[in-house]
Amino acid sequence: MISAEPYVTLSLILFCLGLIGLMVRRNFITVLMSLELMFNAVNINLIAFSFRLGDLAGQVLAIFVITVAAAEAAIGLGLIIALVRLKDTVTLDEADEMRG
Amino acid sequence: MSFYDLIWLVPVFPLAGAVFNGLVSNRLGLEKKVTHTVALIGSGLAWLWGWAAVVQWYLNEDITKPYVVKAFNWISGGDLTIFGGRVVPLDISASFQLDALSATMVGFVTFVGFLIHLYSVGYMHSEPDRDYARYFSYLNLFMFAMLTLVTGSNLPVLFVGWEGVGLCSYLLIGFYFQKDWCASAGMKAFIVNRIGDFGFLMAIFFAFFYFGTLEFDGLYQAMANDHHHVFAGAATIIGLLLFVGAMGKSAQLPLYVWLPDAMAGPTPVSALIHAATMVTAGVYMVARCNFFYQASPTAMLTVGVIGGVTAVFAATIGLVQNDIKKVLAYSTVSQLGYMFLAAGTGAYIAAIFHVVTHAFFKACLFLGSGSVIHGCGGEQDIRKMGGLKKYMPTTFWTFLVATVAIAGIPPLAGFVSKDAILAKTFEAGMTNLNGHGTTYYFLWFLGLAGAAMTAFYMFRLVYMTFYGSFRGGEEAEHHVHESPWTMTLPLQILAALSIVGGLAIGFPGQLFHFEGWSFIDRFLGPVVLSHGEHGHHAVSLGLEWSLVVLSVAVAVGGILLARRFYLNTDPAFAKADALATRFPLVYKLLLNKYWVDEIYGATFIAGTIKLSRLLWEFDARVVDGVVNGTALSTVGSSFISGVFDLKVVDGAVNLVAKGYDVASHRFRRLQVGFAQGYAMVMVFGAAVLLGIFYVIKL
Amino acid sequence: MDFLVTNAEAIVFYTVAVLTVAGGIGVISFKNPVHSALALLETFVMVAVLFILRHAEFLAAVQVLVYAGGIMVLYLFVIMLARVKDVTMERVFLSGIAPLAILGGVLLGSLVAIGILLGTMATGAGGAAAMQAVEGVQRGNTEAVGWILYTKYLIPFEVVSVVLLVAMIGAIVFGRRDAVLAGPGEEVQS
Repeated sequence: MISAEPYVTLSLILFCLGLIGLMVRRNFITVLMSLELMFNAVNINLIAFSFRLGDLAGQVLAIFVITVAAAEAAIGLGLIIALVRLKDTVTLDEADEMRG
Repeated sequence: MSFYDLIWLVPVFPLAGAVFNGLVSNRLGLEKKVTHTVALIGSGLAWLWGWAAVVQWYLNEDITKPYVVKAFNWISGGDLTIFGGRVVPLDISASFQLDALSATMVGFVTFVGFLIHLYSVGYMHSEPDRDYARYFSYLNLFMFAMLTLVTGSNLPVLFVGWEGVGLCSYLLIGFYFQKDWCASAGMKAFIVNRIGDFGFLMAIFFAFFYFGTLEFDGLYQAMANDHHHVFAGAATIIGLLLFVGAMGKSAQLPLYVWLPDAMAGPTPVSALIHAATMVTAGVYMVARCNFFYQASPTAMLTVGVIGGVTAVFAATIGLVQNDIKKVLAYSTVSQLGYMFLAAGTGAYIAAIFHVVTHAFFKACLFLGSGSVIHGCGGEQDIRKMGGLKKYMPTTFWTFLVATVAIAGIPPLAGFVSKDAILAKTFEAGMTNLNGHGTTYYFLWFLGLAGAAMTAFYMFRLVYMTFYGSFRGGEEAEHHVHESPWTMTLPLQILAALSIVGGLAIGFPGQLFHFEGWSFIDRFLGPVVLSHGEHGHHAVSLGLEWSLVVLSVAVAVGGILLARRFYLNTDPAFAKADALATRFPLVYKLLLNKYWVDEIYGATFIAGTIKLSRLLWEFDARVVDGVVNGTALSTVGSSFISGVFDLKVVDGAVNLVAKGYDVASHRFRRLQVGFAQGYAMVMVFGAAVLLGIFYVIKL
Repeated sequence: MDFLVTNAEAIVFYTVAVLTVAGGIGVISFKNPVHSALALLETFVMVAVLFILRHAEFLAAVQVLVYAGGIMVLYLFVIMLARVKDVTMERVFLSGIAPLAILGGVLLGSLVAIGILLGTMATGAGGAAAMQAVEGVQRGNTEAVGWILYTKYLIPFEVVSVVLLVAMIGAIVFGRRDAVLAGPGEEVQS
């Protein structure tokens, strides 16, 4: 049985990847996809600790994370549609009405 | 009800006239006829009622005692503790009395007053209606005050009259108040009088303190029963203080300075007030309070010395004056000095006698001078007159008669009274009265010298005014005229009285071995409180005759000297002028009245003005400074509060708002509207937090 | 052979881990968003495998069903609906920000790694058996999760349901053609 450390490390790497992607990508859709990546990393962490501690709470929490991620994805994609209708673009740096 | 039961009506009649003229005639500008009718009725009724009351009283009552009539309760204070622990109630009533002294005063005051009212009708006829009414109102008011003074039965009522005559004197001297110097003269009179009044008031306080009563009868009894001379000291104090009042009112040294300036008033005023009546009030008062002086040798001597010195002093000034009225004014001061000299030797009766005769001839002289001034169209400088006797014969003859009287030529009135005074003074010296015999001799000598000077300057006046040729210029000479009957009639009456009055009232019977022929001696005898002897014959008959001859010779000598200098000299007054240039300093000294006014001005007046200025400065600077300072500090502090509120409080508020403004300007830059930028900031923030967490942990 | 048997779990884990990371890199690197979506799909599947490795079978199934089946499809649909002129873009990454962002990410990651390394992890009575225990009785993971979800965590469950409801409403609001978010100053056309 592997201990939890590799899982945590993996979770961390994946999270950082997602973070970087969030900050770096121009395309809004890709940004949201990076966000999904971050969610998954968190799930991995949760499951790893659930196993280690023998507490099912981690899994329950992971279910909730998935649920919320789904909801957020729906909203986010709705936002993209609205943005496209408004600005005819999906690049984030053109959505700077809130500037200043 | 007899006339003398209503003796208080005597002052009230002229008061009614004064009120009517003052409030009605003056306001409405009634005709002169109405005004002077009312005034003449007022003073005429006073005269008639007064004479009637006196005669009736003389016939019905005991003339050795005062007949007191109480009009009403005046002042009721509570009980006061006085000298010796006695407790007396303060009850002053307005009551009037008729006794020998009051009767004498009423007798001539009302008569002379009426004559002068009549004279004023002619003299003032050229005045405007309202001024005319004002004049007669004041004149009647004066009669009221003077009659209150002489009929009052206690010191406060006398004082009311005293003040009243002072007021009327001020009003009448300053009658032509539109001229500055007239108004100033009035004020001078009033202020100098006031100084005297202060002394008088203190005397009243002391009198009440020592005796518990202010009634003359009561005081007389108190002093008469004072066999152990307990009140000698009190008498001295009161006597001296009363005399201070007399100095002011009767123009003695050093408070005489107002009288010459009082000539600024109309001439009838000068005649009535400053010759016959008001100025004699002081003598009356001293005679009335003789019981004090009799008990106090010091006070009596003071009175005598000042009287005698004043007599000579004023006479010296009168020698060289050129204003007809000023000569007469100094003459008045001098004659008043004689009266006080008499009082100072205990000869109160002689003093009152001289008051009466002086009223006659001095009033006649003043009215005559008024006639002269009137006839010369307002000219008063005798150097510009001359030879008037052919233009104004009545005036001339009456004036001459009065001058002879004042010079002391027998058998005219002035001689009789003045001689009585000199005789009494000599007698005081001879009997070594109160141990001051030498002083009284010296005073007699002064009196004699004064008599010589009196004769000299009065005849100088006559020669310069009526004799010789007219020096006032062709133009004026045409206008010189005699005065109307309203003016000459009083002159004639007074001149007649000057001739016979002396012998009639006080015939010096003792010169002829006739006792008791002097009416006035008998009449006024009970008024004077005599202590002990006072025999009339300390002086032998021969000595008395020698004194008479001496005084007459001195007077005649004075007349001859005046004749030499001033009668028909060619060129005019050459000898007199030569004498003046021979002794320029003396001449200047006399002409400038010893610079007394100037000395007073430099010392008392300047000092008072400085003091008042100092006090004003204090008030303006310190008091007002404090008040203004408080105001300023209030304004200042409110200003500071305002500034504080504006700058600090508002500044803080504004600063906060500005801070927000600036901060929001800066922070706005952060909102790039670029979401991923925010994300990056969050990441870095989390990293920093983690770092801090580690640092703290480790 | 023995090496494979004894270290089977480790081998599987590391393989799957590598593939997961590769998928992640792919997500953030591809120019074409469809390619990113496919990479993301691959990541999802690998994560499901990881879940199975940790005896969370139910969750693995949910992962595949929801993520791979639902969300991925959603993304692809949106990519299709967002009719951008050219799906592929000239610049993939934001200019200038990339180094900084990478730095930030690495920094944060390393910091956390430090924490992991230096810290001690909690221990407990873990194991596969715990993943399947329902009140001490072994009934399988799904039943176990279901049991605990509806008893101990009922209220969060309900709350999450509400979240889903709200998200659904929100999506509908966003999706309406007419109720497009108005720009500043523009009126909402209905």
